[in-house]
Amino acid sequence: MKIIVLVKEVPDTYGERKLDLETGLADRAASEPVLDEIGERALEVALAHADAHADTEVVVMSMAPESAATTIRKGLAMGAGSAVHIADPGLAAADLGLTARTLAAAIRRTGFDLVITGNLSTDGSGGVIPAMLAELLEVPNATALTSVEITDGSVSGTRDVDGGTMRVSAPLPAVVSITEALPDARFPNFKGIMAAKKKPFETVSAADLGIEPEDLSAAWSIMTAIAEKPPRTAGTKITDEGDGGTRIAEFLIENRLV
Amino acid sequence: MTDHPAAPILVLLEATPDGELATSAAGLVAAASGIGAPVALVVAAPGRAQSLAEQAAALGAERVLAAETTSAQSELTVPHVDALAAAAKLIAPEAVLVSNSIDGRDIAGRFAARTGAPIAVDAVGVSRDDEGVLAHHSVHGGAYNVVSAATFGPLVVTVRQGAIDARAEARPVATESLEVPASGAASATIESVEPVTETSSRPELRGAKRVVSGGRGLGSAEKFALVEELADALGAAVGASRAAVDAGYIQANHQVGQTGVSVSPQLYVALGISGAIQHKAGMQTAKNIVAVNKDPDAPIFEVADFGVVGDVFAVVPQLISALAERKR
Repeated sequence: MKIIVLVKEVPDTYGERKLDLETGLADRAASEPVLDEIGERALEVALAHADAHADTEVVVMSMAPESAATTIRKGLAMGAGSAVHIADPGLAAADLGLTARTLAAAIRRTGFDLVITGNLSTDGSGGVIPAMLAELLEVPNATALTSVEITDGSVSGTRDVDGGTMRVSAPLPAVVSITEALPDARFPNFKGIMAAKKKPFETVSAADLGIEPEDLSAAWSIMTAIAEKPPRTAGTKITDEGDGGTRIAEFLIENRLV
Repeated sequence: MTDHPAAPILVLLEATPDGELATSAAGLVAAASGIGAPVALVVAAPGRAQSLAEQAAALGAERVLAAETTSAQSELTVPHVDALAAAAKLIAPEAVLVSNSIDGRDIAGRFAARTGAPIAVDAVGVSRDDEGVLAHHSVHGGAYNVVSAATFGPLVVTVRQGAIDARAEARPVATESLEVPASGAASATIESVEPVTETSSRPELRGAKRVVSGGRGLGSAEKFALVEELADALGAAVGASRAAVDAGYIQANHQVGQTGVSVSPQLYVALGISGAIQHKAGMQTAKNIVAVNKDPDAPIFEVADFGVVGDVFAVVPQLISALAERKR
């Protein structure tokens, strides 16, 4: 079985994240880039299956600037067999539609039985890419899974939807996304890091995939305005001297919050 | 513009397993009525659509397209996408609004991919200018406001749950049955659905007007009850930091933050929460923030309107009795 795991380089949520107010793009220099944790968990699902089924091939795939290669390589160090990096300056301002078309083309080119992604990236929090890919690849989608069972011909799992818990299953090939309910990813060990250097790492351009990034005959979603909100400022801070609770109650009453 | 009928805005309204419109419906219809003429689409089992249509009209839908099908109960996403595609073909909307719920995202994503329409996700509002519909986003935990639009054609927008406070006026019921040709697109099978039986009468975290959250500082699952006590005294929803969830004090669906629920309440009370950026990203757009933490250097105080450096187990019981005193 061939499993493609989509991973993404994101700004570390534990640092300040910035957008460039000129271009509206993420300011990649402003914060530490990391492999998105939810993508690592998605990779863990694939690697756990590979641990138990020797005939499993795990490919990590990412569409990201050239500079993200090191981050993507972490997926190889964790245990993926190969990596596909779609790097093209023309894709820097890709909207969700172009991103989905490009990824779908790369997934088709690599070939797959199962695509596993995180349910929401930490930066964009869009969460629509898995379903868009399923539509473009003409396969079922099963998203936001909180448990996953993979067999030779199918994938199934549980998903928490608004107002209930759902059991779903789909024949392969399929696209699934997983939530944080799934286990933490393994750490790459020294052996893994050394082995990663010898694993296939393919870098492809939009043209390699037959994608024309500047295709204006397609409708785009564009950013028309961006503004930084003034940071919140601290208000009153007191040290409890036995009246802290009462003082909060007074604050709430004064501000008509109770 | 006054000479023309308002542009149709297609709104997909989700239904709960027990046949009611989802709580997101009122905000979606109101958002649509602010930019055009709201046309609601409801997808239901045969014989069940009329009740949903009446609810949609009560929320302000000018027209309701009712797609009745048995497949929506057994197949994931695709039946709704097929219905949305049929509705869009019928009314040629200027925008398509869908809730940014788990199912809504999937439906909107597949629909956008199928029709080639641009998609704007997790909008907190919609508006229009001379050139068409705009989606407003609050990104990176509310640090930036971003506006997006389609270069041409209809824009698909997923709207953040609880973000739209406006409500539209009720309209007379105008239901039309919608014929939906099946696309035959492959879909996952829904094997079973178990409705979550909400054991608590507390408000839902997402969209709550008041939220009381607890963190690692509560110390144990038993002691976390203090957070719930204050929440009940304030009529607030219960939230938690990731640290509290990871420590097993409370279930993950209460997690507030970058990787949990984003909230924007009138009042946010943070108890024993240090205020890592991860957490602040999910709550710093609250109108008023109150924090209690024994560490005077906790980052939560940087965003708190009123902060108390002290022991939550001393401060909070006093606050609860002060609130009870006031009610008397």
